[in-house]
Amino acid sequence: MSAEMNSSVEVVTITAETATDVKPVLMLAEFETADLLMEAATRIRDEGFKLWDCHTPYPVHGLDSAMGIRPTLLPWIVLCGGFTGFCGGLLMQGWMNAVDYPFLISGKPFFSIPASIPVAFELTILLSAFGSFGGMLALNGFPRFYRPHFRSDRFRRATADRFFISIEGRDRQFDIGANSKLLRELGANAVEVIEE
Amino acid sequence: MIKRLLAALSPVVRPELTGNAESPEVDNTAYSPDSRVDLITGANDNTTITDKVCSIVEQKPTIGWWGFFLLAFSVLGLLGIFVPFLIFWGVGTWGVNNPVGWGYAIVNFVFWVGIGHAGTLISAILFLFRQKWRTSINRAAEAMTIFAVICAGMFPGIHVGRAWFAYWMFPLPNQMELWPNFRSPLIWDVFAVGTYFTVSLLFWYMGMIPDLATLRDRAKHSVRKIAYGALSLGWTGSNRQWHVYERSYLLLAALATPLVLSVHSVVSFDFAVSQVPGWHTTIFPPYFVAGAIFSGFAMVLTLLVPARQLFGLKDVITLKHLENMNKIIMLTGLLVGYAYSQEFFMAWYGGVKVEKFAFINRAFGQYAWAYWIMVSCNVLAPQIFWFKKMRTNIWVMFAVSIFVNIGMWFERFVITVTSLANDYTSSAWDYYSPKLADVMIMLGAFGLFFTLFALFCRFLPFIAMSEVRGVLADQAHSRAAASARHSSEAAADSASGS
Repeated sequence: MSAEMNSSVEVVTITAETATDVKPVLMLAEFETADLLMEAATRIRDEGFKLWDCHTPYPVHGLDSAMGIRPTLLPWIVLCGGFTGFCGGLLMQGWMNAVDYPFLISGKPFFSIPASIPVAFELTILLSAFGSFGGMLALNGFPRFYRPHFRSDRFRRATADRFFISIEGRDRQFDIGANSKLLRELGANAVEVIEE
Repeated sequence: MIKRLLAALSPVVRPELTGNAESPEVDNTAYSPDSRVDLITGANDNTTITDKVCSIVEQKPTIGWWGFFLLAFSVLGLLGIFVPFLIFWGVGTWGVNNPVGWGYAIVNFVFWVGIGHAGTLISAILFLFRQKWRTSINRAAEAMTIFAVICAGMFPGIHVGRAWFAYWMFPLPNQMELWPNFRSPLIWDVFAVGTYFTVSLLFWYMGMIPDLATLRDRAKHSVRKIAYGALSLGWTGSNRQWHVYERSYLLLAALATPLVLSVHSVVSFDFAVSQVPGWHTTIFPPYFVAGAIFSGFAMVLTLLVPARQLFGLKDVITLKHLENMNKIIMLTGLLVGYAYSQEFFMAWYGGVKVEKFAFINRAFGQYAWAYWIMVSCNVLAPQIFWFKKMRTNIWVMFAVSIFVNIGMWFERFVITVTSLANDYTSSAWDYYSPKLADVMIMLGAFGLFFTLFALFCRFLPFIAMSEVRGVLADQAHSRAAASARHSSEAAADSASGS
């Protein structure tokens, strides 16, 4: 990995050593505070960028609307999980105790709703939780251990005490000169470009 | 005397060894209607909080930690000796007899499941109620939940007698084409505790992902980089990820809330659905849930009061946090006391002879000593928290937490044993007392619990850093708003004055 200073616009370029056909994949801009980030995010959204993101050490309130993020469909996944758990739980108990191997115990009915509620309820919760956790992983693309962000040393503080905006090289409006100038104006104290 | 003891202990417990020396005790418990107290005291910001919490994991463990770990680990060794002994000889090595077939194993099972409940209450219910003070304690409390449920889960496994058939508890297809009997509360328990463990683990792990990423980004050694890198799944703190993550966390909290109430309700069904006098009561589910939260909070205090000292976290887990927990202990202690009295009232009011006898026998029969230990630890001890001075005293709260732990263990002993020992027919009565294996396995479970907790302190983020950063941001905002209000008021005053 090599880093060189582009003196004219103060952009640090980080290039992957293994890269053969080098092209910029990501631009990172570091901000000192959440307030600066919030203003910058609003501006980036209004400029019409599509493949960009904010990186914060904690969920910053109001950033979702500043970025224009639409609600996630996760709750529907959870609902499907819960529904499957409840129906599956009732069917399982009925089939096992009343159909596949009916056996009479203490004169109780082979299948009754009240006696089946606890297990059906627990399975509702269990499958909903799987839906919530699995859905979160799937929608966020986890696990994905490599991301170009990790080539930047500065970016290590994104999980501690700094705030970042990243713009992907694939974005239509990606332009190192113009974008870094804009981010600088918005208060970024460093701009980096990652090439690989 | 105490001072000299503390001086002797100081090389073991002194927080300088973790690099967190600057953590003075600040009294932030004063109530003021027009401003909120700081939940994180001292001059802390995102940087210092991150350093403080990560340094616990990054620096070499202290002598105190080694001492604690080795002690816990050697007590865990008791399980290594006595569980194989039990499996080889069968449950005859226990003191269980006929009629008392449920001895220490079930007492310990109910005790440990109950301990877990405080963790879920803190992480899920307080989250839904937007109680910001949960953020400093939720990680450790959730870890406590997981470890307590591991201890709990062990007991039914070995209590089945033929432990190699423990998998029969699950509805697995088998060549005998037999299925579990779903009309029995014991199988409900398998599902309740199994779900509880799984969901708690997911919730705990998910909450930790951002903090594991922090540890990954600070890691110097490649082993740490790989381990924390793998565990943090490639987290970049992206706001698009936070958006889904937060929704997922909220949903898990909403799911864990009814779950935690159901788990101890189902545990209480093990007793309440039977016909045994003293067990067959409708008050059991809420009574068990209140008791579970009561005992769980006591265990959280037992763990956190020394931990905040040892790791120098007095400005993160402040007196305010501890006082709030003490208030919950007092409330749930009163609920438990109310339940004790209601049991007696209903036994009298119900007019069933054996029920009346069961309760009089509990308080004045052969197990009266256990009953009165229970009442004095659970009902009397927490009453000291009516006084604020006591509520905010570290030594008092630690002592009360120990009393409550003991009292709640005895509650389960009283419920389980007294009812079985003296039921309908006096010719079938007997006295149950534990044997060596009972006591050793009980102690071994504590060893397992504290060993796991020590390892957790050492290798995983002890405080939910990302959530505490959110609290710090709120604190800064409300402070800025307050100073703006003050200056505008001052401006208005001077304008009206002139």
